[in-house]
Amino acid sequence: MDDALTRAGRALRVVLVVALALLFLVPFYLLVRNGLATEQDITAPDWTFFPRVLQWSNLTEVFQDPNLPLGRALLNSTLIAVSTTAGTVLLASLAGYGLARIPYPHANIVFYAILGTLMVPAAVTFVPSFVLVSSLGWISTLRGLVIPTLFSAFACFIFRQYFLGFPRELEDAARVDGLGYWRTYWRIVVPNARPVFAAVGTIVFIGAWNAFLWPLVIGQDQEAWTVQVALSTFTTAQNLNLHELFVAAAVSIAPLVVVFLVLQRYIVAGVERSGIDD
Amino acid sequence: MLGPQRRNLWFWAFVGPFAVGLGLFTYVPLAWSVYLSFFDAHNTVSPSGADFVGLGNYGAMLSDASFLGSLGTFLLFTAFIVPATYVLSLALALMVNRLRFAQAFFRSVFFLPTACSYVVAAVIWKLSIFNGVRFGLANTVLGWFGADQTAWLSTTDPPWYWLVIVTVRLWLQAGFYMILFLAGLQRIPPQLYEAAAVDGARPGWQTFRHLTFPQLRATSVAVVLLLVINAFQAFDEFYNLLSDARGYPPYARPPLVYLYYTALGRDQNLGLGSAGAVILALIIAVATVVQARWFGLGRKEE
Repeated sequence: MDDALTRAGRALRVVLVVALALLFLVPFYLLVRNGLATEQDITAPDWTFFPRVLQWSNLTEVFQDPNLPLGRALLNSTLIAVSTTAGTVLLASLAGYGLARIPYPHANIVFYAILGTLMVPAAVTFVPSFVLVSSLGWISTLRGLVIPTLFSAFACFIFRQYFLGFPRELEDAARVDGLGYWRTYWRIVVPNARPVFAAVGTIVFIGAWNAFLWPLVIGQDQEAWTVQVALSTFTTAQNLNLHELFVAAAVSIAPLVVVFLVLQRYIVAGVERSGIDD
Repeated sequence: MLGPQRRNLWFWAFVGPFAVGLGLFTYVPLAWSVYLSFFDAHNTVSPSGADFVGLGNYGAMLSDASFLGSLGTFLLFTAFIVPATYVLSLALALMVNRLRFAQAFFRSVFFLPTACSYVVAAVIWKLSIFNGVRFGLANTVLGWFGADQTAWLSTTDPPWYWLVIVTVRLWLQAGFYMILFLAGLQRIPPQLYEAAAVDGARPGWQTFRHLTFPQLRATSVAVVLLLVINAFQAFDEFYNLLSDARGYPPYARPPLVYLYYTALGRDQNLGLGSAGAVILALIIAVATVVQARWFGLGRKEE
């Protein structure tokens, strides 16, 4: 009887997991469904699971709407996300390595000064940072959108933790061969630490692509809109073209879903090794 | 080998660029903000020319019913989102961890919304699921059971918009916290479960309560801490779900939305906005330190 109970429990759990998984996928389905439907189908009084007509021309139409500069916004988002990721990973990995491996008498003070900024969430400093960026004349510029976001204490912390647990033997061998800190870092450490670079890079890329408040505040001209700001402006506009908005939203997450599905095992490994819950 | 002087130089070659940037874009804005908060600075980011008002902005903020109301909104939001995310992500982790097939598939499904932005999620929630008309999914489903249509986002009594706001964030972030819990679960030594079974603990609730849950304590502390800090920063979903062509409704403004409209809205009152940002930063810092002390976070690292 105990066996039957266990089996019933297990079956119930499987049913529950499948039901929850479907529930989690519904929003993605709605995005694609509405993006490929006609306006009439979206607003039809009797909702149907499948749209009656699949209108593939939505995909091209959305790039031609002058009110929603999607092409330009996608380009801006790509430039911002790529340069933010490259810059953050470079700066934070160098700092993390220095903190983990180069003896310096006041290294702890520097480390705590960096860690302390984690307590001041970036979003709370948006008023003062806006003040600074606008006094530098960087409003609506790529510089203003990227440079202030490059110094991630979180990324630095992850790299430091990772390098602390990195086997020293490899580096010692390099030192014996006469390599300095610089060349040890580039030739030995970076090639052997690819998983953590991929993990931090993916997290930073997703964060930069999805960022909203900072691009909203700094990217004031239409020319500087990211895809998130463009979509948001469109949702609050009066004459709303639903199928266009949905297909634009779907287009905007497509690159991320690809990056994500390819690199997600690194995110998982990165989170597991970050020591965030130690 | 290198002398200590050369080593110090190398340390700063590696850490310097990052430290300088962090100082310039975090410490300088903070200091500037504190300075600016003592001035009646409208429409300008430099206090020169603006009137010095001392603690006036702080007094105005702390006696402003809408600012205090925004803190109330944050507390209400936290009271909903922290327990809901905690329970859902822990439940997902426990279920996924015990699956004997397609574990990676289900983990991916629950984690996938993490790649989605609040703006895109708000499009789906506001214009497809909870759009308050007959063709909305929620109203369609409720209609099958004969329920009336609900204008989800514009109903304030009862406040149905909370359901919309909380479920967006729940969908977007539960998968991330599930990963943290999965990492925690994998660190529990299997011998503990064997020992518990020998001692006669029944699998299921008993084992969870007396073994798994206590072993996840460190993860739980980190998760709650992150959830509270993130709730403080709520902006995207409120802004995208509640504002429309007519503006933003006066109810349900969390602190950041309130600051956004104070500092960058029509008034451009940057002095007042800075005072609000300083107050908010202090509250978060105190809350974090108290919580960390309370739970002994980081004790192991000492």
